[in-house]
Amino acid sequence: MTLIDLANPSRFLTLAGRILPWLVAVTALVLAIGLYQSAIAPDDYQQGATVKIMFIHVPNAWLSMFVWGVMSVAALGTLVWRHPLADVAAKTAAPIGAAFTFLALLTGSLWGRPMWGTYWEWDARLTSVLILFLMYLGLMALWRAVEDPSRAARAAAVLTLVGSVNIPIIKFSVDWWNTLHQPASVVRMGGSTLDRAFLIPLLVMAIGFTLLFLTLHIAAMRNEILRRRVRTLQMLQASKSAA
Amino acid sequence: MTALAALIRRDVRVALRVGGGALIGVLFFLIVVVLMPFAVGPDLALLKKLGPAILWLGALLASLLTLDRLFTADHEDGSLDLIVMGRTPLELACAAKALAHWLAVGLPLVAATPILGLLLNLDAIATGAVALTLLAGTPALTFTGMIGAALAVVLRRGGLLLSVLVLPLSIPVLIFGVAASNAAVSGPSPFGTPFSILCALSLASLVIGPFAAAASLRHGLD
Repeated sequence: MTLIDLANPSRFLTLAGRILPWLVAVTALVLAIGLYQSAIAPDDYQQGATVKIMFIHVPNAWLSMFVWGVMSVAALGTLVWRHPLADVAAKTAAPIGAAFTFLALLTGSLWGRPMWGTYWEWDARLTSVLILFLMYLGLMALWRAVEDPSRAARAAAVLTLVGSVNIPIIKFSVDWWNTLHQPASVVRMGGSTLDRAFLIPLLVMAIGFTLLFLTLHIAAMRNEILRRRVRTLQMLQASKSAA
Repeated sequence: MTALAALIRRDVRVALRVGGGALIGVLFFLIVVVLMPFAVGPDLALLKKLGPAILWLGALLASLLTLDRLFTADHEDGSLDLIVMGRTPLELACAAKALAHWLAVGLPLVAATPILGLLLNLDAIATGAVALTLLAGTPALTFTGMIGAALAVVLRRGGLLLSVLVLPLSIPVLIFGVAASNAAVSGPSPFGTPFSILCALSLASLVIGPFAAAASLRHGLD
């Protein structure tokens, strides 16, 4: 089974049908473990119980960038290899990524209220993530504006690759500028500064959210393929009854 | 080289003649700036404080709304197909077209800044700083906007979609343009830091813009 075998949508559908139940089960299991571990994690000596927002906020923020990465790879697949499933993958990833980005912004602002005293602050990290959210919405608008999916796919692919410039800016914004948002503490040179009591639930939650994305994405891709088939059949039907 | 020079000369000439609409951008810029005192009130001290931001917003919107013209007219009369099929690399042709567009639309905006600065009660230093940052920043607006213009012509959808796609990309330019202008007027932070980032943004978009626009034209036109 190589990537090119998946170019056949029917083969992808069978594979997706076989994988999805297992993936759903594993996702539910890992998320349950992660939620339990975050619930029993100790309170922070400064932040108290609000530190637990981190276990939801950080995975969402990671996923918001990860999904754009997935879309960039899919965009390369569309432009360079013309892989037939690449534009399906890119199209279905955009709403999921937008949802993760929105949740990251929402949980961040709920966390910011007790800790910083404000729901929103125009610092570099928050602003760049907001720009990411706007770009997700722009991409979705682009997909919805054009009827021909292959034409929209190529345009969206170019825009996705241009937008990927934003990803390193988001990642390093907390190091380049002095911001209210704390600097990188998990993935950084010289190891994590997070205590193990917080680090392990956080990593489990991150894996759980990534699995959740995979599940949602494969399910959405399957739906998109079926939706396109239904549309083709409807158009055939219409042209037949017209003739 | 002569082909590119001819392309630039032609585009500037077309933009400046009847139906070209190069100076509409300046007129729009003027109207946006005139609208602001009605919205925030004719308080001269407040206008002086907001002045750089108002000028930058006006220039951003003016250059955004003129972007439609970059490829549409050429697409309608078929010369865009000739440019795409021509022997000149499409990336260079796109860069030449954007340069011509900037000469016809962006540069007049910079030239109009001193007069509009008077309306907003800006002193000489502030006006000079805004004009300088606009001179450094408007190429970035044109060259990133060109990506949106290419997508719009490929998809045959202009207007709001173009704005929605381009505006997020132009936020960094706006941030550092206004930051540099404010630093020159009042700020404790030095003028050089945001200004160099602004120049870097312009240079980066000078590279990325033509490639992305050429890619979307090449993949999209058929």
